[in-house]
Amino acid sequence: MKLKGTQILFKVLEQEKVDTIFGYPGGAVLDIYDELYKTRLRHILVRHEQGAVHAADGYARASGQVGVCLVTSGPGATNTVTGIATANMDSIPMVVFTGQVSTALIGNDAFQECDITGITRPCTKHNFLVRNIEDLTETIRKAFWIARSGRPGPVLVDLPKNVMAAETEFNPEPPKRRKMDVAYEPVPETYEEILRMIQEAERPVLMIGGGIILGGASSELTAFARKLRLPVTGTLMGLGAFPGTDPLWLGMVGMHGTYYANMAVCNTDLLIIIGARCDDRVTSKIDCFASGAKIIHVDVDESSIEKNVAVDLALVSDAKRALGHMNRMIEDRHFEINTRKREDWLNRITDWKHQEPLMYEQDDRIIKPQYVIEKLYELTKGEAIITTEVGQNQMWAAQFYHFDRPHTFISSGGLGTMGYGLPAAIGAQCALPDKLVVDIAGDGSIQMNIQEMATAVQYNLPVKVVLLNNGFLGMVRQWQELFYEKRYSQTDMTYQPDFVKLAEAYGWVGLRTDSPAEVADMLKQGMNTPRPVLMDFRVDREEGVYPMVRPGAGISEMTLFPRKKCV
Amino acid sequence: MERKEHIISLLVKNAPDVLARIAGALGGKGYNIESLCVNATADYNVSKIVLTTRGNLATLNRIEKLLNKLIDVIQVDVVNPDRFVEKELTLAKIKIAEEFRSKIAVDIDSYKWKVVWLNGDYLILEVTADKDEMDQILQHLSELGMVEYTRTGTIVIER
Ligand SMILES: Cc1ncc(C[n+]2csc(CCOP(=O)(O)OP(=O)(O)O)c2C)c(N)n1
Repeated sequence: MKLKGTQILFKVLEQEKVDTIFGYPGGAVLDIYDELYKTRLRHILVRHEQGAVHAADGYARASGQVGVCLVTSGPGATNTVTGIATANMDSIPMVVFTGQVSTALIGNDAFQECDITGITRPCTKHNFLVRNIEDLTETIRKAFWIARSGRPGPVLVDLPKNVMAAETEFNPEPPKRRKMDVAYEPVPETYEEILRMIQEAERPVLMIGGGIILGGASSELTAFARKLRLPVTGTLMGLGAFPGTDPLWLGMVGMHGTYYANMAVCNTDLLIIIGARCDDRVTSKIDCFASGAKIIHVDVDESSIEKNVAVDLALVSDAKRALGHMNRMIEDRHFEINTRKREDWLNRITDWKHQEPLMYEQDDRIIKPQYVIEKLYELTKGEAIITTEVGQNQMWAAQFYHFDRPHTFISSGGLGTMGYGLPAAIGAQCALPDKLVVDIAGDGSIQMNIQEMATAVQYNLPVKVVLLNNGFLGMVRQWQELFYEKRYSQTDMTYQPDFVKLAEAYGWVGLRTDSPAEVADMLKQGMNTPRPVLMDFRVDREEGVYPMVRPGAGISEMTLFPRKKCV
Repeated sequence: MERKEHIISLLVKNAPDVLARIAGALGGKGYNIESLCVNATADYNVSKIVLTTRGNLATLNRIEKLLNKLIDVIQVDVVNPDRFVEKELTLAKIKIAEEFRSKIAVDIDSYKWKVVWLNGDYLILEVTADKDEMDQILQHLSELGMVEYTRTGTIVIER
């Protein structure tokens, strides 16, 4: 069967079971968009290419499928870079198709030519420039395979105009591929060793990251931790991988982690890290991170192990297989832990928890941002899909909303990209049309991709924005407060649009309050409106996120919530 | 900390941007490539790259893992010098000065260097040696009127 490049693209997308793509047309992709017109594939027309990539990313995180984008050459392609880097840092499976000028023009500085494979080489898992029509089918298939396999990530495929217009024989049979990680079949002794170390440990802690969610290993992890009565903490990316309401859950670890999670990690004698790369926001000063402990690290990506933290035992494996295997070993034999010692340890953690819980001080005149999230949690019974922007809003969401299931907390962890939350919510809502999807936002971040409000309206996506409006670039302001003697250099954003009017202009419902008494009702009203709603909560302008590990300090040296009224 | 030289031998896809990926992966993380040799293997689709870099063992480990992650890299071998033969090649241009003429002739003979080009004023030598030896030879030649040289990176092959 002879097909044109443009036809092959959509044939392969169909074979890869892609049902939605996010994109924006332009000169170099006119032929592709013309072919799209003839298919039944759902295309979401965004208002900025960065929005397309974040939406595809949100779609991927909510559904576990590969997110797909299509944009034009030159500026269309360069506009995707922040989104691609965001997905790359958080290992999100994604394929981005960019248009390119004809191969004969490449290198000539042609109109809207840009070396996008060169630009994105360091921020993609891999990328391709398709130079020959004969390579097209195989390249697209390979792009999906690379995006999904091992440690997932974004793959960019650059499609020159003439290649897409050319014809070639299409082979509808996808080739059989080995799974990328079979090379790392771990030896049974390693599992034995891990279980033995857990058995011998007096104060073990399990620390999990996004790898559990990406690897679909949440139920295995939950069974494992419960069977062995292991307290569990997680990185920002790990939220939802273990039930946030389970008594074994300690909350988040790291710079804005809970007091008890950080204390547990500091006092543990065995830290088991699964699917986390241990960046500096997690470890803080590396010498103080689980310093007395033995460390086990399980990850699919060999290069994540021993990158920051020296380990005693490394296992290169996907989390699902490793945990599944160990769960069976525990079941098959009489496996005992020292219950008394374990309960002592868990009690000690509970004491830390009582001593210093996550807290804030409620006020009856001014809205506390944490209170808004607490109410949101109550009202949604923890069932909403939460996306976040970046900054204080993101940390409060991580602290005060509790995530019981994977794929329900969607946030830019590694890159910390402001402007991520709204397009990601749109993408998540496309994947899960029946779920309540809420972007917890700050007034700075939301303005970075505010244009996507139009996209939500066009496609009837009833996403909600809970805007914690402090009129500041809050997180930066907090650092200036703590470390720069309150010199608020360029962080005051009092000049802002009237968000309610803006919402209405876009065809959203806009709501506003500055009264704590109205918070619950306004949330209720917002959640019950079957349309996109922006809720502008005028919150305490100078509230801070606590606990906080100061930069350069060890994670046990936390600045705790400043209790003003407490005795 | 010890910053030893390490030799890494790679088999990679022979394609336009593969070297850029390798250089980018290492350079982007702050690792320097000190010497580099690339050419196609018997299979034209596959190139062999030998590169040298400096660092402690942890660095070497990280570099190896980074390279292994690249899709176009087929194989990564950290070269154990005890199991490999290692050579470099230099072309050295020497201005023939009267006072060194006989000394050069003697050296060419005893070290079995090859004269690959010659006129009345200059000669060009082809020299192969391992790295340390090459350092010494170049020092020696510079004292005998060497005006310019081109030196390849290290190449290796397993014994
Ligand atoms: C694209 C981008 N630019 C700059 C930053 C640096 N930054 C991190 S948090 C933050 C403030 C965010 O302010 P806002 O969205 O209002 O949220 P808040 O912290 O007030 O909740 C800034 C500027 C960033 N993370 N991303």
